[in-house]
Amino acid sequence: MSLASASLDHASHRDGVINADALRADARRESRGMFALLSPGLFLVFAVIIVPIGWLFWLSLFDESGQLSAANYARFFDQASYIKTFVTTFKVAFTVTGACVLLGYPLAYMLSQLPRRAASICLIFVILPFWTSVLVRTYAWLVILQRKGLVNTWLMDLGVISQPLPLANNFAGVVIGMTHIMLPFLVLPLYASMKTIDADCLRAGMNLGASPAATFRQIFFPLSLPGLASGLVIVFVLCLGFFVTPALMGGGKVIMWAMRMEQTTSLYSNWGAGAALGVVLLAVTLALLGLFHWLLGTRATGVWSER
Amino acid sequence: MLLSLAQSALPIGISGIEKRFGAVSILSDLSLDVAAGEFLTLLGPSGSGKTTLLMILAGFVRANAGSIKVGGEEIITMPPHKRNIGMVFQNYALFPHMNVFHNIAFPLKQRRVPAAETAERVERALDLVQLKGLGERRVDQLSGGQRQRVALARAIVFEPRIVLMDEPLSALDKSLREHMQIELRNLHRRLGMTTVYVTHDQREAITMSDRIAVMNAGRIEQIDQPEVLYARPRTKFVAGFIGESNFVPVESRNGSVWYEDRKLRMNDAAPSSGRHLMVVRPEKLRLVADADETGGVNLLPATVGDVIYQGDSFVCYATLKDGRQVTLRDYCRPDVLAKLPAPGEPITLGIDAQDVVLVADQ
Repeated sequence: MSLASASLDHASHRDGVINADALRADARRESRGMFALLSPGLFLVFAVIIVPIGWLFWLSLFDESGQLSAANYARFFDQASYIKTFVTTFKVAFTVTGACVLLGYPLAYMLSQLPRRAASICLIFVILPFWTSVLVRTYAWLVILQRKGLVNTWLMDLGVISQPLPLANNFAGVVIGMTHIMLPFLVLPLYASMKTIDADCLRAGMNLGASPAATFRQIFFPLSLPGLASGLVIVFVLCLGFFVTPALMGGGKVIMWAMRMEQTTSLYSNWGAGAALGVVLLAVTLALLGLFHWLLGTRATGVWSER
Repeated sequence: MLLSLAQSALPIGISGIEKRFGAVSILSDLSLDVAAGEFLTLLGPSGSGKTTLLMILAGFVRANAGSIKVGGEEIITMPPHKRNIGMVFQNYALFPHMNVFHNIAFPLKQRRVPAAETAERVERALDLVQLKGLGERRVDQLSGGQRQRVALARAIVFEPRIVLMDEPLSALDKSLREHMQIELRNLHRRLGMTTVYVTHDQREAITMSDRIAVMNAGRIEQIDQPEVLYARPRTKFVAGFIGESNFVPVESRNGSVWYEDRKLRMNDAAPSSGRHLMVVRPEKLRLVADADETGGVNLLPATVGDVIYQGDSFVCYATLKDGRQVTLRDYCRPDVLAKLPAPGEPITLGIDAQDVVLVADQ
């Protein structure tokens, strides 16, 4: 190596390290500052999510006599009533989610096609039920649907039916009441995602020879799937843990998971068994979410990353 | 054989188009003929109605009145999916849930073209827009220029008789835009499809078009070839919108035209009596050294305001005797540079008789 190039190397090397330590220290200081700003939030997450779930899990591992055992989990396999409750819960969740999609998709589509002003007025009607308590709305449905309720009285007065329809205190009542409460959770994310579909994409579809129906099928519907998926997941997960409406509208015949937990803890004071129910519900929900993400993820990521 | 649009290119006859949104008139009694295989540009500022006209042609907007004939067939009430018109959208409107191949195959799929032929035609279209081998790419993996090409391929793969383009290059950066202008023009020359192109960029319009229709407030101000439009604008709006213009007020009386007390030498006949504006392009003005020079030159005494050197050319801002500012532009030749005037210096500007263009003073 010649002297000239050596000194050149030296010069460029020195250029490269000017203030390097100070800049590194500055970067570290910034990360520490950021972490300090983040820490209240992290603490809250730890205190109200991580700790209670850990505690729940811990509780579920002890039987009534305080001995460490798997008895609470064994019950899921050998007690028929547990299995029945489990099946009922999923039956209700699937039916309600299905009903929400059937009612909510056309509604969200209509909202997305309305002029902005009209859409925001209609949205108020979608959100309005949120401002009333679930309890009040459920009792209202009970009044409307019971044996001598509005619907049955009208239908009988009109001579459509001779016997009152069994609309309350059974599976149908639970589904009607829960669908009403869950609908906005499906419509709002779906509407938001439909609003982001480029109108020019639909125009392009028609321009390229697709009829309006074909344009909807091949372009609008696939592009609305991510929104539908998020609405679907929210509704389904909320259904799995729902308590008030099935407790009131089911008439004691429709026992869902959350009701079982309530019975176990308040009636039998068996905290271990109740905690095990909670852990299983959480695990099943997470597994379903994971499955859903995996199923839709590959198809939807392209659309999501596009935005 | 590449795509064979030339044989099927059709003329468009647009007549009496009216479009109102409520009380606001967007297009009024607009008529326009596009020849088969012609590249016609609708040029105008935003709000001039050019995009609305394109939307009416594509069938996305319903006119209040008028007729659109493609090859003699009336299409004004035909739904968009039956019109067989290709369109390139401003934001490309590619389908984000389909890859490049399926985007381009979309119009063929609607027409129930067999799979083997579809694959072959998509391949040819990709080749035509220089995207060979990118069929499997997702749309969000493409650059702006590549998306533009996919949109173009999709609009021509089904061999439409007419192609519409709505400011297709406006989202690209300057150098890519200029490159695509040339490419689009060459593609049009090869395929010969009747093309209606919308832009607000006058340079783009001049570069690409066979003819340009300059639109303003829902009307066509002038429709001509680019060079005619530039050299002989018929209205003040056209003169101002295409290229730079200085307007010098003149008066026509007794069969001749006067600028203050000087009679203008001009090749055209004098217009009707009254006030008019002389359109003076900065590059048509020149510095006249000898004020006694006569012949076919009009002389305008002025005072130099500022001289700006721009490398290949220079710009001289001067004030006429009536206080009006005019701009002169010339190339930086050594002889001119040697005699550049200084600010504040009195000069004489010359404009040749053949370059005198008058428009009505609105």
